[in-house]
Amino acid sequence: MSLDSKVPQGPIKDKWTDYKNHIDLVNPANKRNIDVIVVGTGLAGGSAAATLAELGYNVKAFCFQDSPRRAHSIAAQGGINAAKNYQGDGDSTYRLFYDTVKGGDYRSREANVYRLAEVSANIIDQCVAQGVPFAREYGGLLDNRSFGGVLVSRTFYAAGQTGQQLLLGAYSAMNRQIGRGKIKMYNRHEMLDVVKVDGKARGIITRNLITGEIERHSAHAVVLGTGGYGNVFFLSTNAMGSNVTAAWKAHKRGAYFANPCYTQIHPTCIPVSGDHQSKLTLMSESLRNDGRIWVPKHMKDVEAIKAGKLKPVQLAEEDRDYYLERRYPAFGNLVPRDVASRAAKERCDAGFGVNATGEAVFLDFASAIQRYGKEAAHVKGLDENDAALVKKLGQEVIKNKYGNLFQMYEKIVDQDPYNTPMMIYPAVHYTMGGVWVDYNLMTTVPGLYAIGEANFSDHGANRLGASALMQGLADGYFVLPYTIGDYLSDDIRTGPISTDTKEFVEAEAEVRKNIDHLINNNGTHSVDYFHKRLGKIMWNKCGMARNAEDLKSAITEISELRAEFWKDVRVPGTQNEFNEELAKAGRVADFLELGELFAKDALQREESAGGHFREEYQTPEGEAMRRKEFQYVSAWEYKGEPKDAILHKEELAYENIEVKERSYK
Amino acid sequence: MNLTLKIWRQANANDKGKMVDYPISNISPDMSFLEMLDVLNNELIEKGESPVSFDHDCREGICGSCSLYINGEAHGPDRLITTCQLHMRTFKDGETITIEPWRASAFPVIKDLVVDRTAFDRIQHAGGFISVNTSGNTIDANTIPVNKQDADDAFSAATCIGCGACVASCKNSSAMLFVGAKVSQFALLPQGKVEATERVLNMVKQMDEEGFGNCTNTGACEVECPKGISLENIARMNREYLSASLKG
Amino acid sequence: MSGILNSSIGRKFAMALSAFFLMFFLLQHFSINILSVFSPDTFNEVSHFMGTFPLVQYVLQPVLIFGVVFHFVMGFVLEIKNNKARQISYAKNNGGANSSWMSRNMIWSGAAILAFVCLHFYDFWFPEINTKFIVGDMSGLMDPNNAESGFRYYEELQHKFVDLWRVALYVIAFVFLALHLLHGFDSAFQSVGANNKYTKGLKRFSKIYAIGIPLGFIFIAVFHFLNH
Repeated sequence: MSLDSKVPQGPIKDKWTDYKNHIDLVNPANKRNIDVIVVGTGLAGGSAAATLAELGYNVKAFCFQDSPRRAHSIAAQGGINAAKNYQGDGDSTYRLFYDTVKGGDYRSREANVYRLAEVSANIIDQCVAQGVPFAREYGGLLDNRSFGGVLVSRTFYAAGQTGQQLLLGAYSAMNRQIGRGKIKMYNRHEMLDVVKVDGKARGIITRNLITGEIERHSAHAVVLGTGGYGNVFFLSTNAMGSNVTAAWKAHKRGAYFANPCYTQIHPTCIPVSGDHQSKLTLMSESLRNDGRIWVPKHMKDVEAIKAGKLKPVQLAEEDRDYYLERRYPAFGNLVPRDVASRAAKERCDAGFGVNATGEAVFLDFASAIQRYGKEAAHVKGLDENDAALVKKLGQEVIKNKYGNLFQMYEKIVDQDPYNTPMMIYPAVHYTMGGVWVDYNLMTTVPGLYAIGEANFSDHGANRLGASALMQGLADGYFVLPYTIGDYLSDDIRTGPISTDTKEFVEAEAEVRKNIDHLINNNGTHSVDYFHKRLGKIMWNKCGMARNAEDLKSAITEISELRAEFWKDVRVPGTQNEFNEELAKAGRVADFLELGELFAKDALQREESAGGHFREEYQTPEGEAMRRKEFQYVSAWEYKGEPKDAILHKEELAYENIEVKERSYK
Repeated sequence: MNLTLKIWRQANANDKGKMVDYPISNISPDMSFLEMLDVLNNELIEKGESPVSFDHDCREGICGSCSLYINGEAHGPDRLITTCQLHMRTFKDGETITIEPWRASAFPVIKDLVVDRTAFDRIQHAGGFISVNTSGNTIDANTIPVNKQDADDAFSAATCIGCGACVASCKNSSAMLFVGAKVSQFALLPQGKVEATERVLNMVKQMDEEGFGNCTNTGACEVECPKGISLENIARMNREYLSASLKG
Repeated sequence: MSGILNSSIGRKFAMALSAFFLMFFLLQHFSINILSVFSPDTFNEVSHFMGTFPLVQYVLQPVLIFGVVFHFVMGFVLEIKNNKARQISYAKNNGGANSSWMSRNMIWSGAAILAFVCLHFYDFWFPEINTKFIVGDMSGLMDPNNAESGFRYYEELQHKFVDLWRVALYVIAFVFLALHLLHGFDSAFQSVGANNKYTKGLKRFSKIYAIGIPLGFIFIAVFHFLNH
């Protein structure tokens, strides 16, 4: 099958408007006869479910958590971008579009990104109308902050809990529809397969995580808003339950999987403290607004700090290496995430890491505390030269801006970041790759849609900060509800979809077979044992820097580990009960397949772009070397084992942006 | 560290359940509480025993999944954190730690330490929203200025993560801090004032139907709340409710 | 407004209203009683006025009795309802970590006060009602047939505090009253929705009231015990 992105013709700024004017609609009376399944209730899934229900469709929404409000979108901290230009600093739809395409290292689809930038402003209007309490200035208007990779302030935020507030907004919109009976909510249900009837997605098979019951659910279309697959690395900033299963099952049913190797390694996370670690904690990128990143200039100081003989605050300014400011004077500490992460890795690989494991750099707020403190003292008419007073006032300002993050850091690390610099290190955070979708957000399976982080479309090879929330809500509130109508307009006479057809029976049987195998396997090791091993392979060989040799051995190792898993995993308990190990086993089984495809994708992409850095392809200064011949989306078709997957290419054309070397110097 | 864990084990909703002792050793003080339970569970699985079920997801204190009653307190002895943010350095070597599920009739146990908190969702279905369609065709976000103090207070109320520690800590299993926070968030914002009357009446009605107890102002909820949601929100809900009752 | 007493917040509000009324009554009761320490004559005159003034006797007294009964009955009803909201209790509960003993034990301090109210009614109210409405003596005199005999109130008061055990019981009851008020006073304000910038000050005042009034009553009882 050839890939048709279905991008409409015409000038980029009119594409979406013209397209909306011409697509087929479903009249309100007919919408009542159409069912839509939405899997996942984060920003994308939740907003889509609410909007589709408002439009009149019968929505069935599914989440594996005990409430839609717990989807991992809730953990997004820093903010959401929108081209509102409230600050009057020259922002525009085009500039947001430009920044996003450039930030993605010219590996995203122009038309999708432009549309995203276009609807971004509506998101803010919508969320404010829903009662999302964004931060405001004293005049009562909305406040903005700056994020990495851009030169304007376009990020709207609610302290360090923007994702939470936006998700609760989408959740409240869902609640209204659940209350009206337009959404039927299935909590603690995990999707285990997509059911195709006559080539179209017509339903899903789920497992009720409380009773273990396997259920069939039918609909006229299925929407996946099931997030990313960063947990393939075991350690990531994702929630423990975040998984690839829904997307992977869709892949196995014919949906192409695009760019699996594009992973975002976030530069500011709390470093790993030991083998027991189950997850990593992000410190919002917004901290780079005020925090300066450094390591000591001299090795003797590194050693003294490691040995506890020297406190970081005691090190003189001239003995510190603010390496981001040094290497990228134009953007400084606010370079994009991929650049900042690689720079940290470069310093740590050179031996300048500041903690026991040698994998940490400092994020220092001392100068921001000074600056804010002086400003506050000036405003209050107090003595600007009183060091203690300035420090106190400065700390108050920092506390107002980032209090919850500082508290989180202190609880985990047991150090007070107001008085000593934070230690940070990059960690897996987001996956730009995902299920391939066309302009309508439909996958290669008719009637099967993927939105939010689950799809691949908008961020190319690297996502800019505060753009994930934007994309999730844009897809769910403003894009999918239109485009899905175009497809569903053919279904007004279809009537209810039966779940008794042989396709449903077969899909259910397959799901049961898998579960039976896992339960009866009686191996020797727990699911986590395999997951941790997979994570180690991924991090060491498919992490921040990759090379052909490592990737080849990763492919072999993962495939061997997968065989071992199926032979030796032990899942206690039965299938007919609340059994978290069983749920985890199913997820890890899918990660073990995805991981291999990931490595295979990374191996075929012989260039460096965004989050994908191939050691063989770098400039003499150690920057990423993009190659023109790889200006395509790699979309993989499932053919049994991951090693047999077939590569399809969607060539990327840039008509509105000149493809240049991506420089932040 | 070596510890003794006393954990509530209950196979399912119909099982009677009991406390079971588990010794555990070689625990690092840098582990989080849930990582300590991960260690226990791995040991149990490899020994062929059934692991302890508990709710958890984000492990960074924001999703509100984790919900353990540790040594007689919701989310353990530390303040302003969830169970997943509690670290073993809070405990002493050799200590006995009692771990129980949230106890409330409105939160029935599903298994071991996992409880059903959908009562909270149903309260939200009854009115935890502003009735505005998600068409995006609303007025510009800056058309209505919001007083900064009100916006900040609304935000503070909105930081509730719906974990249920307030109910678990309250001697009456009252859900008023949870409901008060949601009512307050909307009552403080101009957008939310339009349907404030019906909202508070409907949410309180649903709260009562779910079987939560009455508030007696002990203040335990505020102390145990991982997000430090203030009792002022309950007072505000009381005001809103009383004036709504007079109107309605 | 319909069915407000069927809602949790409505009941809480009603509890608070009856509490305000009772706290006001307590202050009034104390103000009169303390007169007995300084001036038996004034005490007698005010007591006679309160005991015979129709508005007090036929309007305020029934309201007070309703208030007392309502507060107690509602208190017990709420306790039963609240216990139902948690049918399985914790194996280990560290309530002291997050709330005061007083706030968690209002039912016990309340029950102690109820027991005291029974004793107090037996001591003063029943004899009073008996004299005034059964015997029909509204004169307030020690000897109703002798206008020169003087008011009986002060005498009766002093007479009651002869027995050490009774004084001791009164003292204990007032301690419970203080405990009840220590939580109840500002709790009532919270219940009616008053939580604002004055709350801090109010809490300070509530401590003064909650300890001061019962202490004052104790002083009166002990004073008469020592001076009879």
